[in-house]
Formats: sequence, C-alpha cells, structure tokens
Amino acid sequence: MRLYRTCLVFAGALVLVALAAPLLAPHDPNGVDLGAAVSGPSAVHLLGADASGRDTLSRLLIGSRTALLGPIAVVVFSTVAGAAVGVAAGWRGGWLDTVLSRGSELLLAFPALLVAMLLVALYGPGLLTPVIALSLAYLPYVSRLARGLTVSEKQRPYLDSYRVQGFSGLAICVRHLVPNIAPTVLAQSTVNFGYALLDLAALSYLGLGLPPLTPDWGAMINDGQDAMMQGHFLPAVIPCVAIVLTVVAFNVVGGAWADRISRRAA
Amino acid sequence: MTVLSIEDLRLELPGASRPVLAGVDLEVRPGQTVALVGESGSGKSLTSRSVLGLLPPGARARGAVRVAGEDVLTMTPARLRELRSRQVSMVFQDPRAAINPMLRIGAFLTESLRANLGESKTGARGRAVEMLAAVGLTDRALRQYPHQLSGGMLQRVMIAAALLADPALLLADEPTTALDVSTQTEIVALLADLRERFGTGLLFVTHDLGLAAAIADHVYVMYAGRIVEHGTAETVFAAPRHPYTIALLEATPSLAQPDGRLRAIPGRPPDLRTELTGCAFVPRCTRATGECHTTVPVGQVACHHAGGTDA
Amino acid sequence: MLEVNGLVKRYGGMLAVDDVSFTLPAAGSLGIVGESGSGKTTTARIIVDLERADSGRITVDGAPRPRRDRLRRARQIQMVFQDPYLSLDPRVPVGAALRETLRLHVPGAEPAARVAELLDQVGLGPDQAARLPRQLSGGQRQRVAIARALAVRPSVIVLDEAVAGLDVSVQAQILNLLADLRAELGVAYLFITHDLGVVRAITDQVVVMHHGRIVERGDTARVLAAPGHPYTRLLLDSVPRPGWDPAGVAAARRALPPTHPEGSDASHSDRT
Repeated sequence: MRLYRTCLVFAGALVLVALAAPLLAPHDPNGVDLGAAVSGPSAVHLLGADASGRDTLSRLLIGSRTALLGPIAVVVFSTVAGAAVGVAAGWRGGWLDTVLSRGSELLLAFPALLVAMLLVALYGPGLLTPVIALSLAYLPYVSRLARGLTVSEKQRPYLDSYRVQGFSGLAICVRHLVPNIAPTVLAQSTVNFGYALLDLAALSYLGLGLPPLTPDWGAMINDGQDAMMQGHFLPAVIPCVAIVLTVVAFNVVGGAWADRISRRAA
Repeated sequence: MTVLSIEDLRLELPGASRPVLAGVDLEVRPGQTVALVGESGSGKSLTSRSVLGLLPPGARARGAVRVAGEDVLTMTPARLRELRSRQVSMVFQDPRAAINPMLRIGAFLTESLRANLGESKTGARGRAVEMLAAVGLTDRALRQYPHQLSGGMLQRVMIAAALLADPALLLADEPTTALDVSTQTEIVALLADLRERFGTGLLFVTHDLGLAAAIADHVYVMYAGRIVEHGTAETVFAAPRHPYTIALLEATPSLAQPDGRLRAIPGRPPDLRTELTGCAFVPRCTRATGECHTTVPVGQVACHHAGGTDA
Repeated sequence: MLEVNGLVKRYGGMLAVDDVSFTLPAAGSLGIVGESGSGKTTTARIIVDLERADSGRITVDGAPRPRRDRLRRARQIQMVFQDPYLSLDPRVPVGAALRETLRLHVPGAEPAARVAELLDQVGLGPDQAARLPRQLSGGQRQRVAIARALAVRPSVIVLDEAVAGLDVSVQAQILNLLADLRAELGVAYLFITHDLGVVRAITDQVVVMHHGRIVERGDTARVLAAPGHPYTRLLLDSVPRPGWDPAGVAAARRALPPTHPEGSDASHSDRT
C-alpha cells in the first residue's frame, strides 16, 4: 500500500514536471557549454553535463515530455484499436472471431521491437512511426483480453434481458457490455505504459526514435556512452534511473488498479 | 451427552450496528437430526460455520460452542485443524463451488485422509471406495472429474468426503437447495440412512420449513440473529406459536393452498445497520404491543404474545 | 393469446425440446413445471427469441411473430429472469434502466411520469430510482425486473424461476404482486418453475415437462390434486412434508422408466 502511494505520487509528479518542463529547465537542453563538458554536478549544472557539454538536468526534464507522450499515445492507440478488435471478435464470434483472432496471433509472433525497427527503416525516424509500430505490436495483448472478457460477459443474463427488451445487438454491446468490461481493459493498459516506455527508449537508444538532437531519455543513454569512456557515468546513468523509476511507478499503479477492479468484479 | 452444544453464542462484526448473533442456544445429540431454519441474513449459516471455528474476519465471539464438551471458540489453530479433519465435517450448498475442478474424485477424497490422518495410499483408497459405496456410487467415480458428474452425484461425493473421517457431527448448509426436488429427495434419504448407520449427529441448515419438518427430530427457527422458537418437528410445524413461524408457514405456497392471495409477511428482515431494542420481528408482526418495542422476549418461544397454552 | 405448436430443439444428438405445444389465453397464467434438463427453460428462451427452434410455430393473436420488428416482438412478450442481480446491468441505476427502455419504445415522450408509475405499480418508492441494483434487496431487485418488463406494456410475460432465489416471506409478496398486476393490467404469464407450491399459487393451467416432452397438462388444481402421469405423481411426492418418506420416493424415482411415453390423460383433446 505504501509502495502504491509512493508510486502514485511519483507518477503524478512526473506528469506535472513534464507539463512544466520548459519553465523548470535551467538551460537550453541543446545549449552547448564546452567548458562544462563531461563535468560532474555543479552549481550551474546540477546534474552535470554530457560529453558535448549539454546540461543533463535540462535534457532530462525536457526529455520527460516525449518519455510520457510516446507511451501514452501507444497505450491510447493500442487500447482503442485492441478493444474494438477484441469486442468485435468476442461479440460476433464465428468467422469474424476466427479472422481477427488469427490476425492478432500473427502480430504476436513478430517481436515488437523488430516490427518497429522495420517500419522506422521504411518510413524514417520521428515520434509517430515508432508509436504506430508499437501500438500495432501491443494491440493483440489488449484485443485478447477484451475478447476473453466479452465472451464471458456475453453469457451474463443482463445482456439477454436487453435483447428481450428489443434493443439491437450493437446498442447492447456499445452501451452495456463495453462500459462493463472497460475498467479491466484500462487497468491492463496502464501496465502496457511501462513496456511502451521501455521499448521507445530502446528504439531511440538505437537511434531509431526521434530525430537527432531531440532530448530523449533513450538517446541520452546513447550520448552518455561517450562520457562513460572518459570515466563519467552520470550522463548515462541518470536517464537509466529515470526510465527504471518511471516504468516501475506506472507498473505498480496500473497493477494496483487492475487488482482493485478484478476484486470489485469478484 | 451432546455432540454439539451452543450456549449463548454472540457474534459481533465490525461495521454492524447490532450483533449478528445475539445469544444462540442449540443442541445436537448423537444420531439426532436438528434443523436450523431461517431466511437469508438470519444468522443460520454463521451459526453453523462457527461450529468449525470459521468466523468472518474481524468478528468477536462470546459464549461457547462445545463439540463433545470442548469449546471451539478457545481452541488453538492446531486443535481446530484436528477438529475439522476428525470430528466435524461440513457439506455445502453448491458442491461444484466446494470442489477443486482440476482434481479427480479419487484424489479429492484421499487427499485429506493422507494429509491429515496419515493414511497410507492403499488404505486411503480403500476407505474412499467404501464411502463412495455408502453414498451409492461405484469406484468408477474415483477416476472421474467433477464436471463429469451431475449435481446430485457430486453432492453424494461431498457427503462421502465429509464422512470419510467418521465424524461425530455433520453440518449441512442448504445441501439440497441447488438440486432438483427429486434429487433433493435422494440426498435427504441418503443422509437419513447414513445417520442411522454411523450414528452421526446432523445439523441441517435450511430456509425450507417444510423440508426441516419432514426430516428433523428437532427444529430451531432463527430470525435476526436469535432463535425465536424451537421444539420437536411436529410441534413447530403443526402447532407453531411464534408469530414469525406462523407467518412463515402461511407465506409458503403449498399444494393444499386455497385459491386466492398468499398471506405474505409485509416488509423484510432488519439489516445489520438497524439497531434493535426489543423484538426484531416487531415491524412485521400483527401482535406487537408497546412491550415488544422495549423488551427482548426470551424462552423456548421468544415472544411476549406467543399463541398456544402458555408463553 | 400465445400459441406454441410442435416446438423442437436439438443440442447435438440430444432432444432438449421434443414436440412441445400449448396455448396461453389472453390474461391467462400457464405454468411449465419440470426439473433441470426437462427443457422448460429452453422452451422459454425459444419463446422470447433467445434461442432458435429447429422446428415448430409460435403465434401471438393468431399471427406469427414479426421477424424484423424487434420492438413489436418485445411488446408482445417480455421476460423476467431467475436472478435479478444478474439480469440487471450492475452499472445502471433503477430509474435509468427504466428510462432507457421507455425511450426505445416510446421515443419523444418524457419518461419521468411513466417511470414513477411503474415503480409505484411494483411497490417501489420514487426514492429507489437512483439506486444501483446492488444497493437493493433481492425482492426489490425482482420488483425492478418486473417493472422493466411492464414498461413496454407486453401481452405476455415469461417468468423463468422468477421467485426461486427469494426468501419465503419475500416470495409471497412477489407472487401476490404478480397476481395483482395480472388482474389490473390483463397481462398473461408463462411461469417456468420447479416449485409445485408456486405453480399452485400463481397459475390456472399447468404443463409438466420431462426429458423435453410434455407428459401431462390440465387445470393446475386438477393436475396437482389428481395427477395422471407417474412422473407428475413423483414430483408431487418429492415435496417434503411431515411424515414424508424420502427413501420410498427415491426408490420410486429409480423405478420410473427413463423416457416415459406421454400419458393417456395428456391427450390432445384437453389441450387448453
């Protein structure tokens, strides 16, 4: 419970920080201060600077925006599309279920990162391409859950009672089934947030994410490697720690929500 | 000698404005069938579960629940486990919910014998076959999974499991409610037969006053955490004296019912948020007077205005 | 007036419903009695279009059920399910559930007055409208389910074990309520139940089902007082009462042939 609260506060604070990042950042994230290159923490550069002399704290703060925005976009896209696919498959059953379920399984067979790398190679770097690629890669996880929930919810008599009342299948599905399974799907989706953050960071570490120069945590680790060669670990370690803490915080919060919802449903 | 003697059992739950059990007294003798009748929320299931020391979380119990003279409420956890595996068994309403669907019937039956009573593998299997035969099933069932058996057959398995350790007392909590009437008949006949053969005391918890009267030697009627009337099955059924028992019998649709409206009891039982001062049945009672609002009635017929010879 | 003719439904190789026919007169009350697996619930679900029959005909007032017009179909026959807790959307408050149905069937009209009228008809106060199903007692929930069925002013309500899960004291209230509503609104009931006492209390006529077939039919009072078919007799003997001999009844049940031919008293001539 204390862990959950700490994580909730951390995640909340992170969102606020990301929103206010331009105001909080002490320096231009891309501003070069060659005199401070590969220096430790100082009064001017609170977390030091990287090999190019860019302020680590400022890059970290500005980088938190893409670090949150990217995964949020992945979660939103994959949830909306995955839920639509899963509910449609579970509700209609028959050939539609077969087609959609096999399609999802096919997507599952491709490693998410590989698909993303392929798409980036085809369409070039940017935030949108990796986000779309990862949304596609995460879609089957959501659709599989939504389909399972739909199939079991479909057997509950309250849906029968709406049919007898004369409601159309579509109205029953959209107005009653979806709201009843939504909390569980959403709770699971928050868990995906952490994975998406990790995958996006990995892509941008590999240089397949945002265009060069954009401050981003994954790219910061890559940049920090140069400083590491010179014996300075901070520029690479700090974004690593930020990623780990953020992923853990969002996973704990999402997991706790999922737990609570499943307990309420029981 | 009694196998079960509950004395002034009081149970308080966190968040409830009144005790869920407010002084329950009840007795089961060896080989006797005792029915505990009540509607949902009357406390009948809590009473039977307390015999196994199964109290809801946060519950505070006072009084005594003696099994063969020993108070369950003061037992150590180790002694409680021994009580549950050797002396007292329970059969539940829904056999399908009370059995692990992944285990074959054979494994289900021998598991407890081997773990708790230290039986050998062959010894446990022999005992399981013996009990299955006693409940009218063959050893074919040993190799079957729960989903391969009908509800009635599964309830037989549960009864066999309950009787494996040759307990002195069997608790049956609505054991036939989920079953068809003709299956209910078979299960009831089986329980009566087993009781005769093994001398087990039976506490039969049910909402069905007709069933209670048909099978029990002694009937206790419960309302809002208290026993409101008890007596032999014939007296309680043929000459009920507590207004609640009378009303319950009249409200039950029967085959002999004349045409016309049923005599429904107005209102519904008090929930746990309601504080009670006098008799709990007052708001639904036709005989209630001022006294009933202030003084809790006691006695074999817990009513200030009981019908019959004397109150 | 509901007429069911030659209904057949197969699941795999099993005949769940085998040539079932009966007639429910306007404002009448017909019971279907049987145990689990007798086909009574499947019959009910076919009548409200939740299952499709393999063959057979269902007519209301002499005409087949409209195929395309969902709303008209709903206004002909409504259903009250066994467990009101499961048959109400857990997320939707009572008043909103009623309004939703009224908006579908009477678009344009302001449903508030009708919602209040429906709640009052089933003995609920206007303050209950804001409650969620889980905030109501079992009896109140079943009242809500009845109100929702009444909302479309149906000519027939199918009640599938509608009082089975209720406490005896509440069950009697609901049965009385149903009797009053029938007298007041002229709605007909098709009452599916395993409880012979309930059948006695709420129906005029009864059919007894066993293994998918109707084995006996007639006036409820007559069938229960002088059963013609051995299976009906067995059901009656299974009702516990003082002096009851469960062992004898269980033996009689085992002696009953698994599929008994339709009894001679269940001749088609006394079909009502």
